[in-house]
Amino acid sequence: MRRASTVTTPRKLSPYAIARTRRKKSLQRFAQAFFGQPAGVIGLVILSVFVLLAVSAPLLFDREMLDITKTLGNESLEPPNGDFWLGTDENGRSILAVLVWGARASLVVGLAASLISMVLGTLIGIGSGHYTGLAGSALQRLTDWFLVIPFIPLVVVLAAVLGQRGLGTIVLVLGVTSWPGTARLVRAQTLSVEGRPYLERAKVLGDSDWQQMTKHVLPNVMPLVIANTTLTVAIVILSETTLAFLGLGDPFLDSWGTMLDKATGAGAASTGAWWYLLPPGICVILVVLAFTLIGRTLEVVLNPRLGSE
Amino acid sequence: MSERAAVGSVASEPVIEVDDLVVTFRGRRGGGTARALDGVNLAVGRGEIVALVGESGCGKTTLARSILGLERPASGEVRFQGEPLGYGGRALKAYRRRVQLVLQDPTGSLNPRQTVYEAVAEGPRVHRMADESGRVVKALSQAGIRPPERFFLRYPHELSGGQRQRVVIAGALALNPEVIVADEPVSSLDASVRGEILALLLQLREELELTLLVVTHDLGLAWNIADRLVVMYLGRVVEDGTTEQVLNNPQHPYTKALLSVVPEMEQVESIVLTGETPDCARIPTGCRFHPRCPAYASGEAEAAGIAADCRSRELPILGATGGHRAACWLVPAGDAPIPR
Amino acid sequence: MSDVAALELRDVHVTYRTREGPVPAVRGVDLSVFAGEVVGVAGESGCGKSTIVSTILRLFPASATVTGEVLLDGENVLTMRWGRMRAVRWGVASVVFQGALHSLNPIQRIGTQLVEPIFLHDKLATDNSAATKVRTLLEQVGLPARHADAYPHQLSGGQKQRVMIALALACDPQVLICDEPTTALDVMVQAQILELLIGIARERSMAMLLISHDLSVLGTSCDRVAVMYAGRIIEHGPARAVFDWPEHPYTRALSSAFPTIGDAASRYAPSGLPGDPPFPGDLPSGCPFHPRCPSALPVCPTVDVKLLPAGPGRTAACVLVDQSVPTR
Ligand SMILES: Nc1ncnc2c1ncn2[C@@H]1O[C@H](COP(=O)(O)OP(=O)(O)O)[C@@H](O)[C@H]1O
Ligand SMILES: Nc1ncnc2c1ncn2[C@@H]1O[C@H](COP(=O)(O)OP(=O)(O)O)[C@@H](O)[C@H]1O
Ligand code: SF4
Ligand code: SF4
Ligand SMILES: [Mg+2]
Ligand SMILES: [Mg+2]
Repeated sequence: MRRASTVTTPRKLSPYAIARTRRKKSLQRFAQAFFGQPAGVIGLVILSVFVLLAVSAPLLFDREMLDITKTLGNESLEPPNGDFWLGTDENGRSILAVLVWGARASLVVGLAASLISMVLGTLIGIGSGHYTGLAGSALQRLTDWFLVIPFIPLVVVLAAVLGQRGLGTIVLVLGVTSWPGTARLVRAQTLSVEGRPYLERAKVLGDSDWQQMTKHVLPNVMPLVIANTTLTVAIVILSETTLAFLGLGDPFLDSWGTMLDKATGAGAASTGAWWYLLPPGICVILVVLAFTLIGRTLEVVLNPRLGSE
Repeated sequence: MSERAAVGSVASEPVIEVDDLVVTFRGRRGGGTARALDGVNLAVGRGEIVALVGESGCGKTTLARSILGLERPASGEVRFQGEPLGYGGRALKAYRRRVQLVLQDPTGSLNPRQTVYEAVAEGPRVHRMADESGRVVKALSQAGIRPPERFFLRYPHELSGGQRQRVVIAGALALNPEVIVADEPVSSLDASVRGEILALLLQLREELELTLLVVTHDLGLAWNIADRLVVMYLGRVVEDGTTEQVLNNPQHPYTKALLSVVPEMEQVESIVLTGETPDCARIPTGCRFHPRCPAYASGEAEAAGIAADCRSRELPILGATGGHRAACWLVPAGDAPIPR
Repeated sequence: MSDVAALELRDVHVTYRTREGPVPAVRGVDLSVFAGEVVGVAGESGCGKSTIVSTILRLFPASATVTGEVLLDGENVLTMRWGRMRAVRWGVASVVFQGALHSLNPIQRIGTQLVEPIFLHDKLATDNSAATKVRTLLEQVGLPARHADAYPHQLSGGQKQRVMIALALACDPQVLICDEPTTALDVMVQAQILELLIGIARERSMAMLLISHDLSVLGTSCDRVAVMYAGRIIEHGPARAVFDWPEHPYTRALSSAFPTIGDAASRYAPSGLPGDPPFPGDLPSGCPFHPRCPSALPVCPTVDVKLLPAGPGRTAACVLVDQSVPTR
């Protein structure tokens, strides 16, 4: 009981106040650890810039500027100049405007698809780790199957099955194809949690499977899932680019991927229209880098706590 | 001491009965089936403290887990108050409200992300018992965590090893169980803390009339708290009797060896067995202990004219009840009480 | 026995720097082990046993500040040059670490792992002589020579511990330090390993330091034993005597935690200590044992207790053995 001194528990505070203080402290510790890692901070700064741009897109450039029927008056594929800082595309639109609006589309696709992937991956991962019988191995087979199937044909098929191509379809296709990695990771972590005696204790106390998974497994795999999802966002943004590049994207969606696709379509590479090709390319790389840096940092910061707190 | 013996006696009313229990596991790398339990009989009377001892790998944990319904028997059965265990979800849940398990490693038994309150409230919550916080307070103080409120919001890593085990015990007590099966409850604790936890178990038996089955490899522990002692070797019970009978007058050569290596037993010459418990996928013929048996090796068995039996004649399985018994050809008449 | 101890600690202090402040894990320990002697160190976890081990071969982390002297055959380890230090490790003194069972390389054969230190310390060793040495080592620790071809996972816990001992013996050290060599093992295997260790120490006239949290193990197998509490030795003397007739209340509590089977007094009467071991970063005042001591006196929270003579060859740090302190 003298060990009480290791935790300062002011006697006067109510239990809930103590709980709040604890939570605040633990958040502070987390923030301290995160900001102690230069890589994570750089990632966060890059990401913040892009999010800011994406959010303020309507303030910076009128949506009308993307409407090709309104930009017919502009010269197409014009190099950067005083009016168009990054030049124009084949339809005479300002590349800068398309780029800023594209940040919106790319980020929305990335986040939404990662969310789907996170939910699917976590559910399937925990399920396949927790259930030892038929259900478990079926889920594991499913994961393996999705893992080995080459990504592109799967996407082609899915895109064809889902028919009309819109933002929703792309999000769905990317979400449904990018969960297996998460699922496998979550499964491994679930198995390690399942081996701990506290799961046996929960079973003996009468916890149902659902309770065991939500009360004991989930909180212990969550840090891993969060770190992994951050990495997934990066992958999804890249995949969206691939998709668009393959002509499987939504031609009416102005994402960075579509920009790249159209740029090559318009022969930007051969005509030397670098201002069309480079900006979306660099943006993709920067955002992917930002998410990767954040994800790796989260992994480092959250992982050691898996066992201890 | 005599009135203690009367507190719990198998004859009175067995709460837990294990009948010819066989539990098998698929052997490692095609090594055939491993018979972790190979015909175990056991009866635990109401209010009794029974210690289950033996080297590691002899099947103690498997027996404890089978009693909780965590392992399904290949044959034989476990009965609670005369009723065979049901293995359906609902039946098991109801059963485990009355029979609880305390595991060896208190640190691993607590979810690192749950507070003390959550850990103890888990049982009552799952079983939708009324007055959750009242139960938690009561269970924690019964387990010697006082004042309970001050510990509610602690995390396991902020507790000492002894306190963690008390919290685990409180978690079991919160369900008001009739039986607690404890698998090596103090083996990971410091010697000085151990005694306090054992005293707690004794006190719980007095106050709550709990029935306790304590798995241990420590004979000193058994001497400290157990009414009866059951010695296991390689999936079978080899000796069974009151603690005094077994420890003051051990019959089975295996029990004698176990007792002789307790460091405090300076008066007896230690009989250090060679090797370790064999793989239960390859159980020796005849008496399963014969490859390591000091009595067999020293020629004592030969002199008694039973060496051939030791090698090849299967011993009868000890029954659940009776006096002091040992499964050894040297010990007269298998199941008959041994004269002192 | 020569006059110079094979291993001697003189007023060793170890303090870890941590985020929560300094942790004085060892606070002034004097101890010597002569060739041919087995000395035990007992105490609860956290009392500083492993920290002492880490000073002997200078294996402590950078966050530790170590003062005092650690002498191996009269030579101070703490001030040794690195080259000499490397030669001393394995060659003069070697350690069987706590939890070492997991420290065997899982993908290397046992023989390969045993050969490594032999070549490192004996420049003249040939493949043949090393292989012979490995075979002898394995036999000495009671393992068949064919185990040289085995991988660690093919061995049981007791067999792995034997390999660890063989590894420690590979360069014929004069001092062998065993930190909790039997803690994770079963009773019977524990007895086997202890028998083996004591046998080897006697046969080779080594100086052996045997560390354990289990006083009963040390009491029956060592020549002398030192009992530690909160970073200090609080009782020291002939092992059997300390275990059977403890002078310090803490030793008494530890000793009675291991009941004598057959003794009616301990039947249904488990004995332990209330409370928990103190955290070295936050020690009670005076005698650090006073909050748990069943015989504490009013002076105990304020006195500075030192090891004082307590019978033939014995010392204890308690006001009860100090005639100069009024014990009323
Ligand atoms: N899940 C399992 N799968 C395979 N073998 C097992 C399993 N659990 C236990 N065993 C085997 O059963 C035997 C008894 O184990 P256990 O009951 O844990 O013994 P104890 O608790 O006495 O040390 C051992 O040989 C062990 O290897
Ligand atoms: N590297 C370290 N940093 C900080 N504190 C440590 C470190 N190693 C050990 N300690 C602390 O020093 C004390 C003594 O530890 P140790 O020597 O391992 O004890 P023992 O071996 O007796 O269990 C403990 O309280 C432990 O928490
Ligand atoms: S039956 Fe024979 S081998 Fe078995 S324990 Fe008795 S004497 Fe030993
Ligand atoms: S000095 Fe006092 S508190 Fe310390 S051990 Fe002796 S009697 Fe107990
Ligand atoms: Mg076990
Ligand atoms: Mg240690």
